[in-house]
Amino acid sequence: MMNFMLLAIIVLGTIALVASAILFVVSKRFAVEEDPRLAKVAEVLPGANCGGCGFPGCSGMADALVRAADNGSLEGLNCPVGGSKVMSQVADLLGMSVAQTEPMVAVVRCNGSCENRPRTAVYDGLSSCAAMNACSAGETACGYGCLGCGDCVEACRFGAIALNEETGLPEVDEEKCTACGACVKACPRHIIELRKKGPKGRRVYVSCVNKDKGAVARKACQAACIGCSKCVKECKFEAITVADNLSYIDWSKCRLCKKCVAACPTGAIVAKNFPAPKPVEPKAEEVAKPVEPKAEEVAPKPVEPKKVATEAAPKTIEPKDEAKEVTA
Amino acid sequence: MKLKTFRIGGVHPEENKLTSNCPTQVAPLPKQAIFPLSQHIGAPAKPVVSKGDKVRVGTLLAEAGGFVSAPIHSSVSGTVLKIDTAVDATGYRKPVIVVSVEGDEWEESIDRSDKLETLDAHPELTPEEIVERVKQAGITGMGGAGFPTHVKLCPPPTAKAECVIINAVECEPYITSDNRLMLEHADEIIVGLQLLMKAAKVERGYIGIEENKPEAIALLTEKASHDARIEIVPLMTKYPQGGEKQLVDAVIGRQVPAPPAIPVNVGAIVQNVGTAFAVYQAVMKHKPLFERYTTVTGKQLANPGNFLVRMGTPMSQLIDLCGGMPEGENKLLAGGPMMGRSLMTTDVPVCKGTNSITILSGDDARRQPAQPCIRCAKCVEACPMGLEPYLLAKLSARHFYDRAEQEDIVSCISCGSCQFTCPSHRPLLDNISLGKAAVMGIIRARNAKK
Repeated sequence: MMNFMLLAIIVLGTIALVASAILFVVSKRFAVEEDPRLAKVAEVLPGANCGGCGFPGCSGMADALVRAADNGSLEGLNCPVGGSKVMSQVADLLGMSVAQTEPMVAVVRCNGSCENRPRTAVYDGLSSCAAMNACSAGETACGYGCLGCGDCVEACRFGAIALNEETGLPEVDEEKCTACGACVKACPRHIIELRKKGPKGRRVYVSCVNKDKGAVARKACQAACIGCSKCVKECKFEAITVADNLSYIDWSKCRLCKKCVAACPTGAIVAKNFPAPKPVEPKAEEVAKPVEPKAEEVAPKPVEPKKVATEAAPKTIEPKDEAKEVTA
Repeated sequence: MKLKTFRIGGVHPEENKLTSNCPTQVAPLPKQAIFPLSQHIGAPAKPVVSKGDKVRVGTLLAEAGGFVSAPIHSSVSGTVLKIDTAVDATGYRKPVIVVSVEGDEWEESIDRSDKLETLDAHPELTPEEIVERVKQAGITGMGGAGFPTHVKLCPPPTAKAECVIINAVECEPYITSDNRLMLEHADEIIVGLQLLMKAAKVERGYIGIEENKPEAIALLTEKASHDARIEIVPLMTKYPQGGEKQLVDAVIGRQVPAPPAIPVNVGAIVQNVGTAFAVYQAVMKHKPLFERYTTVTGKQLANPGNFLVRMGTPMSQLIDLCGGMPEGENKLLAGGPMMGRSLMTTDVPVCKGTNSITILSGDDARRQPAQPCIRCAKCVEACPMGLEPYLLAKLSARHFYDRAEQEDIVSCISCGSCQFTCPSHRPLLDNISLGKAAVMGIIRARNAKK
């Protein structure tokens, strides 16, 4: 009995010794030279692996940063999650300098709440914005606005977007948003944009992407941009342009004077995080008006859904295949 | 005798051919006709008229925007009101030409007589000339997809056409417009097929008809008896037999390989029966494509029927002719219930591919709530392309596109058999279509890089 145990111990012990010797030799002989900076940089990066920088995860970004440092410049590389703080830490590590970047935030450019934008049809197909976008213009008459199925909510890895049940629109939690851009890519209608967070989170933007003619857009949604260009005339900083019946505010030029907000006849331009209006008229730069778009001015119109828009097979993209001839 | 059909999959939806015995009525002229510039697969047409121009029936409104494209002709006489945007069958606003209707003056070149012109009486027609007239007439596939017909008649040099197959299957439930067309214009369809055979330089022609249309089978067999090259093939009733690849398999027993292969790679050119009729009218009567046979149907509709409609007529007008929209919740479809596109408004005009307007009401209008997959594999059995829909749907939902490509997602013909047969009412096709679009995008990007 004892002999068997002894034999087993000796045999296994010998195997262990031989194996460890082989492993030791192999690990020395075939060691992969890794830049020690890689590990350090990877440690500084947030480890969110969100892909917002354009590289596959934080280790990919670290590799790119080290290689860029060897080439002499960190230009074009930015960790949206870590922001300036992390980037300057990385730059210090690598002995480089890095341009300060503005903190960004995801902005949902749609005013199409249930009040502003009456529902004209009912969709009961696959609950996905991409699916709805592929087979119809959605439940409202606006072919550009938010579809409200929450593809962006699903895409966000930081829990920063949630659908507001009252308005049916997604809302971004500015504290949690890291501006990684996942929601921007997920939105099939390109409604979400990364914009400058602004001082104290204050920012002004056109909360609409409808390119239809004014009358058509207004009919679909009471808070739509109608491309009237009144905001362009008000803006002293040439920050606003109107193209395809749609106004756009360039955040790099906007000085937050909010004149455009007051001028907008439909309330499509939104000013976020400004303090409530004071009783005394403040200076021009500090003009503060209520944050809300003019939604409260218009009574909600309950619309009875008449048609059910569902199940339409999204268009087959086979140029030579007359698959649709099935209906023949 | 056992009838022919395709070999894999297929389903048997309730036929609901409510209007089989309703003779075609001529729909009245609209007050305003709306012509979307993109009624076909390929580049949109380019307008050649401007606001205020006077047009007649058959006047060219927009020319083809490329090789895979088709011109658009006016179906009414009147004045061009505006070139604007309007909601089309996709649900989105697209460029359209709007014509206000005044009287009914036709272009003089159009032969409006009912006299049958046979091919024997016109030996001077060369294949090239037939293709050219088809092209000028703006003919696109009349079954729904709207692929320009002249492109199909000019196969790539690597493929050789051996036969023309006329798709008179009409496997989609509810629709009867092709059936009525065959009963009312059998002679013209046979001449149309002869023209297509001459254009494609082939000596064999088939007309595939499902057995649920016995009158059409009998009539066409009689009319085609003088031409030994043409064979009428009765087929077993099974959806989606009208799919091009399924029809080729059913009629001549050849299987079309996976995309990018098309039926002509196995020697077949498939054309819809409505297309054959349009070809006859274009070549023999110099009549461009501006009217079509359309079924307006639905169980709750007071008077469903078949109509000869001028294109550009708003669907609301046809629905009013049938007794108006039923009370309550309805689903409006351009096409049949299996592959039709649901519409959000009745203002959408009838286009080249509108073979039917189907209105589903009440319980039919709503989908059943989706339940978990029970792994019964009914979808696998039903898929006419031999795919595994449950798997493709899951891969698409998870964005596993490389795996979906390996599983041949691009072969999906979007027939909806899987979703129809699923006992758990899972949105299989919705997911697969999304995945297919993504995979097609990836393949295009890869090919562009090469």
